[in-house]
Amino acid sequence: MIEGLPALYIFMLSAFTGYEVISRVPVILHTPLMSGSNFVHGIVLVGAMIVMGNAEGALELTIGFIAVAMAAGNAVGGYVATVRMLEMFHTAKPKNEGAQ
Amino acid sequence: MNLLIDAVYFVTAAIFIIGLKQMSSPVTAHRGIVWAGIAMLVASVATFGAPQITLDIGNINLQLMLVAIIVGSAVAYISAKRVAMTDMPQMIAMYNGMGGGAAAAIAAVELVKLSGGAESHGLTVQVLAVLGAVIGAVSFSGSVIAFAKLQGIMKKTLRLPLHQVINIALFAAVAVFGYLVATGHPVSFDYVIIFFVLAIVLGVMVTLPIGGADMPVVISLFNALTGLAVAFEGFVLNNAAMIIAGTVVGSSGTLLTQLMAKAMNRPISNVLFSSFGSDGGAAAEEDIEGSMKEIQANDAAIMMAYGQKVIIVPGYGMAVAQAQHKLKEMQDLLEARGVDVKYAIHPVAGRMPGHMNVLLAEAGVDYDKILDLDEINPEFPTADVALVIGANDVVNPVARTNPDSPIYGMPILDADHAHNVIVIKRGKGAGFSGIENHLFYADNTQMLYGDGQKAVAELIAGIKAL
Repeated sequence: MIEGLPALYIFMLSAFTGYEVISRVPVILHTPLMSGSNFVHGIVLVGAMIVMGNAEGALELTIGFIAVAMAAGNAVGGYVATVRMLEMFHTAKPKNEGAQ
Repeated sequence: MNLLIDAVYFVTAAIFIIGLKQMSSPVTAHRGIVWAGIAMLVASVATFGAPQITLDIGNINLQLMLVAIIVGSAVAYISAKRVAMTDMPQMIAMYNGMGGGAAAAIAAVELVKLSGGAESHGLTVQVLAVLGAVIGAVSFSGSVIAFAKLQGIMKKTLRLPLHQVINIALFAAVAVFGYLVATGHPVSFDYVIIFFVLAIVLGVMVTLPIGGADMPVVISLFNALTGLAVAFEGFVLNNAAMIIAGTVVGSSGTLLTQLMAKAMNRPISNVLFSSFGSDGGAAAEEDIEGSMKEIQANDAAIMMAYGQKVIIVPGYGMAVAQAQHKLKEMQDLLEARGVDVKYAIHPVAGRMPGHMNVLLAEAGVDYDKILDLDEINPEFPTADVALVIGANDVVNPVARTNPDSPIYGMPILDADHAHNVIVIKRGKGAGFSGIENHLFYADNTQMLYGDGQKAVAELIAGIKAL
């Protein structure tokens, strides 16, 4: 267990990192970025898998199953949604350059 | 093996941060998400090597786990591929809710284990598990309600008498049972059940009275909350990747939420604790001067084609009608006649910041034609025509003039300063927030009724006929 002060340090530094990373984002990217960060917390999948591996008995297995399924949905859905959004900028860009 | 997995998690967390950084610039955004995706895949595969997982195909836990991964991934993949771009905001809400639910479910398994007499890892761990559980459960049920509202399954904003009092009581009850669960030795199974039911109900009750216009802010807030819940469960499971990624999302999501709330000039507390447009709508209806005047598509086409400058103000109605491609076609026709065409995007036009930009980019509109509020507002007085398509509250002048209006103080696009305003609108009803729009009654405003795409098609036909 990462405990006590080291845990707090990790928490604090990560919090500042998150704040810094998106502090200068153009409005145009707000929605894709929200979707992207939605994908990033899909990492909950690894936690769900570990809990599922440890589960004993029908109740724990059921809840574990729900956890893994939802986490996988978060990760995959978040990824596909973000890529689809960003692809639009992708195809629009060469056109833009051609026009200039 | 353990060391290897920890190393993978470490690299994953680092790549997530770099990926998010890249996603904040249009040039590198696509690379950012692909890198983050690869990192996620590697981390997930590496997790199969964790000591908690028995890598034996006869093991029921592993079998169920694989089925869960396949089912969850398939449902999400198909829905994300199929959904129309316009419905993306509610899908983000849905996937976010899943993440929150997963974090809550992780806590649930841990707490059920403790209630079954498993050895506790100390008070701190139990408290963090409970905190993550509350936040995750609220984010889960709240996101589901947000989805239902944006999808149109749930149309009304429900507001019980004494709603805030009930919410406070609910919150207190969640806190009490959370305390009992977090400090229990051993944890009572009944308390765990009551605790989760209350937390889920709390999420529903908090989200129910919030109007659709405020949904982007709320979804962003739930996104940040899910990040926090994941981070707390990361502490419980001693998983650095979850702690770092969750916290980064938690703080960046909070910042994003603040940016959005600021763009709407509505403090987050107002969004959460006061219902939008439910009481202000009636007050604003009183003193409207003038009447709505209808215009035919041909006349509107002539007005634009012989003008010098046309500013198009798109809103959610454009997204619903999928009119962006027609708009681009009309823009090309007008530009061929020497008309200067620009798009004015309000920060909260549509259901999310950047929603309109995405749709216009999809239609092939150049970046430099799309201007935001501060850039375009000084240009409205020199525009011959402001074409408002499917936008409502973001051009409502009462935001400047009427201190009693719920949207008073919100920065708006000054479409009413243009020489002529043409409003394409499906019917005569009030906007999403339920507030009457004084712009529609102004002397220089004329209404073009009809579905957005059809109306623009008629305008195109009108311009071509000249």
